[in-house]
Amino acid sequence: MASRDDIKFLSNPKIGGRKKKYCRFKRYGIKYIDYKDPDFLLTFVNEQGKILPRRITGNSLKYQRKVGNAIKRARHLAMLPYLTDLLK
Amino acid sequence: MRNYETTFIVDPVLSTEDIKTTAQTYVDNLQKQGCEIVFVDEMGLRTLAYDINRRSNGIYYSIEYTAPNGAFLKDYELALRRDERILRFLTVSLDKYGVQYNADKRAGKIGKAKRHKQEKPAKTEPAAHGISRKKADSPSISGVPSGDAESFKEEE
Repeated sequence: MASRDDIKFLSNPKIGGRKKKYCRFKRYGIKYIDYKDPDFLLTFVNEQGKILPRRITGNSLKYQRKVGNAIKRARHLAMLPYLTDLLK
Repeated sequence: MRNYETTFIVDPVLSTEDIKTTAQTYVDNLQKQGCEIVFVDEMGLRTLAYDINRRSNGIYYSIEYTAPNGAFLKDYELALRRDERILRFLTVSLDKYGVQYNADKRAGKIGKAKRHKQEKPAKTEPAAHGISRKKADSPSISGVPSGDAESFKEEE
């Protein structure tokens, strides 16, 4: 029989609680997004080099726009690809 | 006064000297037009994400400068466009945060990231997410381990 001590192992306590998304730029006070820093911008694109939506990144509108602009500039300068596969 | 930043890619096939003179031409060009050069960043040879004019890599230069107005830009960009040694260029105007960022970057306060970003990796370290990747990058490039360590203590 499962005793009281065993019961806590029967369900994963982490399962229910989803972490709230947040805008990292707002939270950490980052004001400028450098288009010459492709490694950082890589966190905001998917494997095909497409810009990830706000829904997933959690960025605020203001900074999502800036991220988008920075990525587009980086693409123009061939620091990020326009289209690929297996970017990451 | 307005702040601008021009990044361009020089053809890597040229000799080292030619590359330097090419870049210097555009620095001189700006000075002639009454712009004040803040910093010339030689970013060096990088692999391009896609081929441009059948070149798979290029030498990046970034010039930060202030100009009295935008009148010089038309001629300047025309010169860049006509030059066959330049693969690609981009001029952007910088806002005050951009200027601050570049100044901090030069001062070595941030390697790659802004000063605030240095705090960020320390904070987000336990949350093994996309940001933690950044953490792995930043210390090697920033070369200011002391600053990192301090922010660490503050966090704790």
